[in-house]
Amino acid sequence: MSRQYSAFALARHALQPDLAWERAWASPDPKPSYDVVIIGGGGHGLATAYYLAKNHGVRNVAVIERNYIGSGNVGRNTTLIRSNYMIGGNTAFFEHSMKLWEGLSHDLNFNCMVSQRGQIVLAVNPVQLDTFARRGNVMRLNGIDAELLDRGEVMKLLPYLDYSKEARWPVYGAIMQPRAGTVRHDAVAWGYARAASNLGVDIIENCEVTGFVMDGTKVTGVETSRGRINCGKAGIAVAGHTSHVAKMAGLRLPVESHILQAFVTEPIKPIVHHVVSWGAELFYLSQSDKGGLVFGGHIDGFNTYTQRGQFPRIQTVAECAVSLMPFVSRLRLLRHWGGIQDMTPDGSPFISRTPLKNLYLNGGWCYQGFKATPASGWTYAHTIANDDEHELNRCFSLDRFEKGRELDEFGIGNWTYKQ
Amino acid sequence: MKRFRRLAADGRIDRARPVGARFDGKPLQGFAGDTLASALLANNKVLVARSFKYHRPRGIVSAGIEEPNGLFTLGEDATTEPNVAATVTDLYDGLIARSQNAWPSPDFDLMSVNSLLSPLFQSGFYYKTFMGPFKGSWMFYEPFIRRAAGLGTATDLPDPDRYETRYEFCDVLVIGSGPAGLAAALTAGRSGARVILAEQDSDFGGSLLSGSDAEHEAWRTASVAELQGLDNVKIRTRTTVQGLYDANLAVLVERRDHLKPNARKGQSRQILTSLRAKMIVMATGSIERPMVFSNNDRPGVMLASALRTYANRYAVAPEKRAVIVTNNDSAYDAAVDLAKAGVAVTIADHRATVEASHFARAASHGIAVFPATGIADVEGAKGISRVKLSGAHAVSIDCDVLGMAGGWSPVVHLSSHGGIKPKYDEAIAGFVPGGFAPTQFGAGAMMGVFGLAAAVADGANAGAKAASAAGFGKTRLVYPPEHVTDRTYAILPVWSAPQHGKGKAFVDFQSDVTTKDVKNAHQEGYQSVEHLKRYTTLGMGTDQGKTSNINALALMAEHRGISIPEAGTTTFRPPYAPLTMGAIAGRTVGAHFRPVRRSPLHDWHEKNGATFIDAGLWKRAWYYAWAGNSPETAYVKEMELVRRNVGLSDVSTLGKIDVQGPDAAEFLNRIYVNGFAKLPVGKVRYGVMLNDDGVVIDDGTTARISDTQFYMTTTTAQAGEVMSWLEYLLQCHWTELNVQVASLTDEWAGMAVSGPKAREALKLAFPDIDVSNEALPYMGCRDVVFEGVTLRLLRMSFSGELAYEVHVGADHAIPLWEHILKAAAPLGIRPYGLEALASLRIEKGHVAGLELDHRNTLDDLGLGKMAGKEKDYVGKALRFREDCQSPDRWSLVGLELMEPDKKLRGGSILFAANDEIKGHGRGYITSVTWSTELNKFIALGLFQGGLKHEGEEIVAAFPLRNEQAKLKIVSPHFIDHEGARLNA
Amino acid sequence: MIIPCPWCGDRDHSEFRYGGDATKDRPKHGTGDLKEWHDYYFLFDNPKGPHTEYWQHVLGCRRWFRLSRNIATNEIGGLA
Repeated sequence: MSRQYSAFALARHALQPDLAWERAWASPDPKPSYDVVIIGGGGHGLATAYYLAKNHGVRNVAVIERNYIGSGNVGRNTTLIRSNYMIGGNTAFFEHSMKLWEGLSHDLNFNCMVSQRGQIVLAVNPVQLDTFARRGNVMRLNGIDAELLDRGEVMKLLPYLDYSKEARWPVYGAIMQPRAGTVRHDAVAWGYARAASNLGVDIIENCEVTGFVMDGTKVTGVETSRGRINCGKAGIAVAGHTSHVAKMAGLRLPVESHILQAFVTEPIKPIVHHVVSWGAELFYLSQSDKGGLVFGGHIDGFNTYTQRGQFPRIQTVAECAVSLMPFVSRLRLLRHWGGIQDMTPDGSPFISRTPLKNLYLNGGWCYQGFKATPASGWTYAHTIANDDEHELNRCFSLDRFEKGRELDEFGIGNWTYKQ
Repeated sequence: MKRFRRLAADGRIDRARPVGARFDGKPLQGFAGDTLASALLANNKVLVARSFKYHRPRGIVSAGIEEPNGLFTLGEDATTEPNVAATVTDLYDGLIARSQNAWPSPDFDLMSVNSLLSPLFQSGFYYKTFMGPFKGSWMFYEPFIRRAAGLGTATDLPDPDRYETRYEFCDVLVIGSGPAGLAAALTAGRSGARVILAEQDSDFGGSLLSGSDAEHEAWRTASVAELQGLDNVKIRTRTTVQGLYDANLAVLVERRDHLKPNARKGQSRQILTSLRAKMIVMATGSIERPMVFSNNDRPGVMLASALRTYANRYAVAPEKRAVIVTNNDSAYDAAVDLAKAGVAVTIADHRATVEASHFARAASHGIAVFPATGIADVEGAKGISRVKLSGAHAVSIDCDVLGMAGGWSPVVHLSSHGGIKPKYDEAIAGFVPGGFAPTQFGAGAMMGVFGLAAAVADGANAGAKAASAAGFGKTRLVYPPEHVTDRTYAILPVWSAPQHGKGKAFVDFQSDVTTKDVKNAHQEGYQSVEHLKRYTTLGMGTDQGKTSNINALALMAEHRGISIPEAGTTTFRPPYAPLTMGAIAGRTVGAHFRPVRRSPLHDWHEKNGATFIDAGLWKRAWYYAWAGNSPETAYVKEMELVRRNVGLSDVSTLGKIDVQGPDAAEFLNRIYVNGFAKLPVGKVRYGVMLNDDGVVIDDGTTARISDTQFYMTTTTAQAGEVMSWLEYLLQCHWTELNVQVASLTDEWAGMAVSGPKAREALKLAFPDIDVSNEALPYMGCRDVVFEGVTLRLLRMSFSGELAYEVHVGADHAIPLWEHILKAAAPLGIRPYGLEALASLRIEKGHVAGLELDHRNTLDDLGLGKMAGKEKDYVGKALRFREDCQSPDRWSLVGLELMEPDKKLRGGSILFAANDEIKGHGRGYITSVTWSTELNKFIALGLFQGGLKHEGEEIVAAFPLRNEQAKLKIVSPHFIDHEGARLNA
Repeated sequence: MIIPCPWCGDRDHSEFRYGGDATKDRPKHGTGDLKEWHDYYFLFDNPKGPHTEYWQHVLGCRRWFRLSRNIATNEIGGLA
């Protein structure tokens, strides 16, 4: 059991150098049986376990992770949080997530460095600004903060953009969500793990699920690299590998696995004070508290389970960075890495029951898994505990394509042969 | 205190060429061949930096790319570049360097107060505090943390330099030009293979450049000379291989920063090459590790190999006394070379037994060796003054510098970029490559093969194998210099610091991670190497842990009671060293960020007062100067021209696809929801396409030119997508159809002649061509020849007026455009731009991009009746999914503003009159315009239930501007319901 | 990645457009009910291993073709 973190605790340890800190989360061996087994010790899986214990009193829970916790996308993303969604269903879900973010450090007693520094999305022409305005209006009408900025207002906030005649696409205006921002991504995994562990959840690392134990169409357990674990219910939360795990239960899903790359420069003193996104091409950038500029773009564009990006995509993203912010040219790239993300036909996720009894699915997060983490865990816990979707995640059902109920937030259409 | 001096002779510096730079505002003298680091040391500048977190005094540690401490800000104003390692910065005249992350100076830094608070600043302390007193309190603390973090200060001015990217191919790429690399390149080169040798340093030779042996030097220069003489070999200095990607794509970056901007004369500052190599030989060498002990970060504590490099290569030696602490044999080379430079050297060797020849060599140079001895502590806060030894010879020794020889870490980074994890090699106490793809080879120190003779043999062998694998089987091996015998390399791994030192023992200098941080991380459960790294920030600095990685994970393995291989290692990712963003982007920035597509009429628009707007990649004429200078008013005049007279508009950006073949009609009949099989020759039809999911993807017109030929137009935005989609269906699925498609988008221009006087205008322009209603009725088309040029006349209308489109080969576009304007001048014809075009179509109720946003069904757009009941078409099955047929869907309506004093905005949200103004509403406005016909603002929008509500008054809300307006739902066809104008 | 175009030979993958799983059977034109089209259009095997997929040499000869590639390693198996 990990004791309360505070400035006083830090001072106590500073004065007593030999006083050891407790483990942040316990590391037990798996028990033969649990009420609920969550497959995947990423942000969503750990959050689900935490809310199962906290909101639903379900504490006989194991989170099973094949590697170390947080080894997947929760530690590979660009750390952005926002709730600028306009399609019915998405709006309420992501705003719920934002509200949970706002109280998360307190709730978990773990500083996740929730930094609401504001996100500015730049429009390149009046037509694009109209589509942004629609988004902003919906946000306002749902009690979410949004502001429309003209070019002059953007120049004041972001003086370092290219406003010259050379700019290929001029800055025409922008929409801003002041409450959007960044969160220290690893801290989210660790904070949820510690809090869940304190509530009695078993967090089991280095344990890979290799199959499901079935009784007809009912799931009764999982086979793992550390033996069989029986369970009342099993929840999949392995975005990136969703198809791979679901296939063990015989499910075929509307999901492909794609690589999304992310980038960070060397650390510099504060210069970019917001999250900046661009409407010319998918590109987003912020500066971490450590000082590095963190940025990303599109997926590479073909399915892969390798975490290695292709160089042409790196060039595309660097071109965006330097064209939008010419000072970035002289900074240097320190690292780039890739995460494997589930892509779904409509760009929206699943938090849903499945055709199999006692098996639940959380996945298909596309570009937006990180910002969804708290609400995803919160609603997935509800779905697992009650064997029913919560009002907030009913739209993320697995059967929505059969019903023609796509959630196409960005209006790019379902894809077949295209990216 | 004087710690370093410039030797009177030798070294690879050019004493005939003094160089003057500036450091912290004062002159800094050196010679050509110096680095910034060697010049600083030669000038006895040792305390030159402060550490990241505790602001401890720091000096230069290494002589290479692994440097953790000696980071400076170069340049000034727009050329400011923070965080540059002095060890890889060539000294040149006019170089400006500043220290960073210290105030007012590294020597006296007020931020060093942090050091006193260091018990609070344990690893991860920020996860445990700054949470109160309220939710969101972090926003109060964050600015302080942010300002304290971040190393150097960047400029926000645009970079004045330019960069370029290029592509290259070769048979064998050799990375690194140490003994193994030179041997590999030369052996491969002798086979006739196209070889590229890339060296990150300013000269070839790798470790040879740090040596002092004349025979070795002769071998080096002969090898380089032979390489230079081979036409099939390219050798490059200052060129770092930053990453290896799938299929042997190597990314090389050549730096030319040593050339002053005026010497570059407009050339690029850096050049990035995407190189496809058939085979790759990695000869990337190894990096010496520091050792971990109390106060091991004090200025003057350096890598032993760096002391040797500074003495031999740069003629900079410690003033008098040096101590070297080691766990392996390589320290003796450094000690001997320092002794030769007149330094009194003491070796503290952790090992109880050392091979006798090393002792003998040491003795012959007057070097004292203390076996079974390590370092307990270092004294001297702003620079080492004395070391306290521990173990067998627990004495204190005064000294100027302390050299650390902790063993060598092979540079395995590139070998693991492809996903193959390195493996631990007990013999050298380091990680070596875990394997190679069949097209990749390793040689020399990076494989754990140390010693000149062994490395040369290994390199020659790898070069021969690589050449052979690339198809060049015949070569002559390269041999080492004649008299070389490699000395032994034995190592006794010693990872943890002795217990009795009181000071901090640093594992990662740049990130300020100490042994205590590693211990804490272990206690708290952050035990996997990735958790350790992420929790303590170990290895996350600009040096990416090149000196700290192994020590840290060895310490963690000790805490966990497991072996190093069991603990594993972190993933090495590109780039190998910090890589300038400008070099990655090259010339594809600013105005050249993405190509500009220009209509064939672009030059005319430009000369005649058009203002342009970006539409995807296209530059389109937005409005013309004749109509005014403001986009808000000019389009209204242009609309009036079309509604009352006649205007000419450029529609060349539309996608244009030639569809030919015996099955062309059947093909079109499948991809459009409406029938095309029976379209007569000489007729045009409007068509709508669905995706397989039943959602509308595009619309356009298609004309039947002959039985087997059609001319299709698509929207500007979807032209490329539609083309690929047609090809996909024909090539992958409907192979039974004999149809060919070809894009004519760039080959043909199109211009619309629109307005009540359109026919008169055409008559004036083409007096010999019959354009009467009978000869060319509405939705008719005809190819005609005018002055020897084929024109395609299509009578169709986007504006709703009597209108024609004239399509012509792109080369004839401007003469034809000018001819029409001139001929019809008596009618008052003028050009109109995109804004008017888009506004006229709103009045007519034609859907366009904002309505065709991939979310809408046919019925949503009021086009459901077009779909053939009997025929099959793409998307038919899924079009009838449950929710796609719901009566509650939002569908197309026309909207009129009821409050004349207000403005209507695109993106407004629609509500029924009695609705509470909140939530998602019942729809939204897609497109807005001022209507010259109705004298009010009108709009198209989507509204729940659509035209069932025709005539109802509703509300448009635009809360972003605190605006609301009353609207009326009307038919989207605001003008000419009967089509009288079209058919006139 | 290097993609072997059947007409143009080996080219960098950035010249190509990815077309998705090529093992799925598209219902013949004019046939197939809602369920068949749903499964064809929306469901994917997405195997962590060998995969047959469509690519188009969109910045070259515009040929569509089937390629086998291991999506666990990006290793190209050749035209399928």
